[in-house]
Amino acid sequence: MPSTVTKPRLRVGVVKMASCDGCQLTLLDLETELLDLAQRFEIVEFPEASSSRSAGPYDVLLVEGSVSTPDQAAEIVELRKQAKRLVTIGACASYGGIQALRNWSDHDAIRAAVYPHPEYIESLATATPVSEHVQVDAELHGCPISADQLRELLVSVAVGRRPQIRDEAVCLACKRRSVVCVMDSQGIPCLGPVTRSGCGALCPRFGRGCYGCYGPREQANPASLGRTFAADDREGVEVSRLFAGFTAWSAPFRGVIDEHGGPPGVLPATPSVTAGADEPTEGADDARR
Amino acid sequence: MHGDDGGTLVVDAPGGEREFKVGYLTRVEGEGTLSLKVRGTDVVEARLKIFEAPRYFERLVVGRTGDEVIDIVARICGICPVAYQMSAVHGFEDLYGIEIDPAVRALRRLLYCGEWIQSHALHIYLLHAPDFLGYPSALAMAADHREIVEQGLAIKRVGNQLISTLGGRPVHPISVRVGGFSRVPRRADLDAVRQALDAAVDQAAATVRIVATWDPPELVHEQPLVAMRHPTEYPYNDGRIVSTDGLDLAPGAWGDAFEEHHIEGTNALHARTHDGRVYLLGPTARIALSSDTLHPMAREALEATGLRDEIRVNIHRSIVARAVELLHACAEARDLIDGYRPPSRPKVDFTPRAGVAAWSTDAPRGLLHHRYEVDERGHVAHAQIVPPTSQNQGAIEADLAAFAPSVLDLPHAEATHRLEMLIRAYDPCISCATHFLDLRIAEAGAEEGFG
Repeated sequence: MPSTVTKPRLRVGVVKMASCDGCQLTLLDLETELLDLAQRFEIVEFPEASSSRSAGPYDVLLVEGSVSTPDQAAEIVELRKQAKRLVTIGACASYGGIQALRNWSDHDAIRAAVYPHPEYIESLATATPVSEHVQVDAELHGCPISADQLRELLVSVAVGRRPQIRDEAVCLACKRRSVVCVMDSQGIPCLGPVTRSGCGALCPRFGRGCYGCYGPREQANPASLGRTFAADDREGVEVSRLFAGFTAWSAPFRGVIDEHGGPPGVLPATPSVTAGADEPTEGADDARR
Repeated sequence: MHGDDGGTLVVDAPGGEREFKVGYLTRVEGEGTLSLKVRGTDVVEARLKIFEAPRYFERLVVGRTGDEVIDIVARICGICPVAYQMSAVHGFEDLYGIEIDPAVRALRRLLYCGEWIQSHALHIYLLHAPDFLGYPSALAMAADHREIVEQGLAIKRVGNQLISTLGGRPVHPISVRVGGFSRVPRRADLDAVRQALDAAVDQAAATVRIVATWDPPELVHEQPLVAMRHPTEYPYNDGRIVSTDGLDLAPGAWGDAFEEHHIEGTNALHARTHDGRVYLLGPTARIALSSDTLHPMAREALEATGLRDEIRVNIHRSIVARAVELLHACAEARDLIDGYRPPSRPKVDFTPRAGVAAWSTDAPRGLLHHRYEVDERGHVAHAQIVPPTSQNQGAIEADLAAFAPSVLDLPHAEATHRLEMLIRAYDPCISCATHFLDLRIAEAGAEEGFG
């Protein structure tokens, strides 16, 4: 059949693990385009937006969030079996997200620091990207993802071609938009040279250094950039702090963070915590955080 | 779990006990379950349970600066990131004694208007309206009511456009900094969104008229209400914490009246007043406590509905309160842009100091309190974040218990649907609430978790 109109619509699922829901929301942010996309895609599972549910199979499954609990670790394996194409959406699903900062801390200690009864909390010792658990067919990056890249992905799936998503540094986006370099002109530390673009050089355009939310581009050399920051005379620059953001658990950024002493606020194991006692060091009113 | 039919199941327990259960609440932000147990016509237990995974935010911000906190806490919620940025930035500015430029203050309100517009439009049209019109989703509803869905999407787009203009992108904007903004717009940058707001104001006014005609399930249940209140402004960034019980507190003094409890048998921390009472936040509370500061257009629209008293006692009418606030946010955003003169500097310098950075703002879903203990370098030593949904849990469960007897005679599936609809009326934001919620759902059974 030559006509695409007669093709059955592709079955799409949108599910989440540990996340803020912002990447799913980007799908709704396609707004009126969403109504047009519905001509080509049947969204069969999207509990945030619809009470109609389906267990699969899915032609495309968009997965938001990092794998953070034993139940999620089991569920992602099941979901993979139901998905013809599994696409991670966002920094949590692709790199572990901001919650992966806890991976540097002792799990029992961090549970005890946040919850009054840590023994009730079911979570894994680490928050990890989906790709550490199952095979992933494509990743959309960003915290949150870009609506343009999401649209490109869906269109490419609909017509059966590879998505065309650039892998280049934020620096190139700055050049293309004639944004004056914030490092050169103002001495602001910027992760642009090692970070994948997709945001359109958002932070430099707003007078800030890039904080790496799209994660490391391929072939990046963040270790070199880290040493450059460390060697410079910029007062108060702490290299690990700069990389310890939303894609900190990506292997290249993780290496730099480790080289420069780990992220801020790491909580090591303490004997009193593993005894299961209430938060031992802080005031009772605030201890339950 | 994912792929569940959202479904309902009957548990016939000994002694004629019936259970109504929704294993995965849909059209809410985040992952939760609803369970209600009744014996005869008595409600034995009403529970909103959360199985959203914990992310430990209060610990993730330890060791970080105020500016880093602003970036990090935004990620608690993809729908209301600005609210988290606002409560945090005001807390740090209060501690550091920073006087912000009046134009910067106006821009903060404008940014918050953007969030209210997109969040309220999302909830009214995409999440809540299908309950009134009888569809599983807005996409399904669009087949028969395309003009309504398109109107909602159009209003929502203007909210996103506002946030993007001021903060670079609609979700997790990047410009808010301690002391101001990393960049402020020129007047011309606001032209496009100013133009779009004319239509949005009209559409929001139409929204109030439409949703006021949608008949809600009956409920008369008065709860104590808490909101921010400012003498001349509808509550966003500033004001005092007030209640229907006569409370009046500084925005950083939430802990003087409220605390979190471990309720026996629930495993979830709930907020209560010090004397153990539940309370309700959000549009219902703000309309009751602050309708005199609504934009005149919104105030008139509210009066025209004749529903002010009913909003107070029937949470299903929150859609009307939300629509009135949607109109307020659109109209105020337009006024703010018309009065805008760029500040002389986008951001003022400051010196960190040790102490407590605490503030509350009114997020789309209600009062959001932050409290950070900060050391002399400006690094957080300890954090407390109290989201609106976590505070509303007690009120939600109280309403469930009050509402349930009216649906017990309906077919089970319909009764369960009505109960889920009640939960949605609060616009619960479970991702927000979760980082402080205890997650054990032990006795309730394995079907509630993933997998």
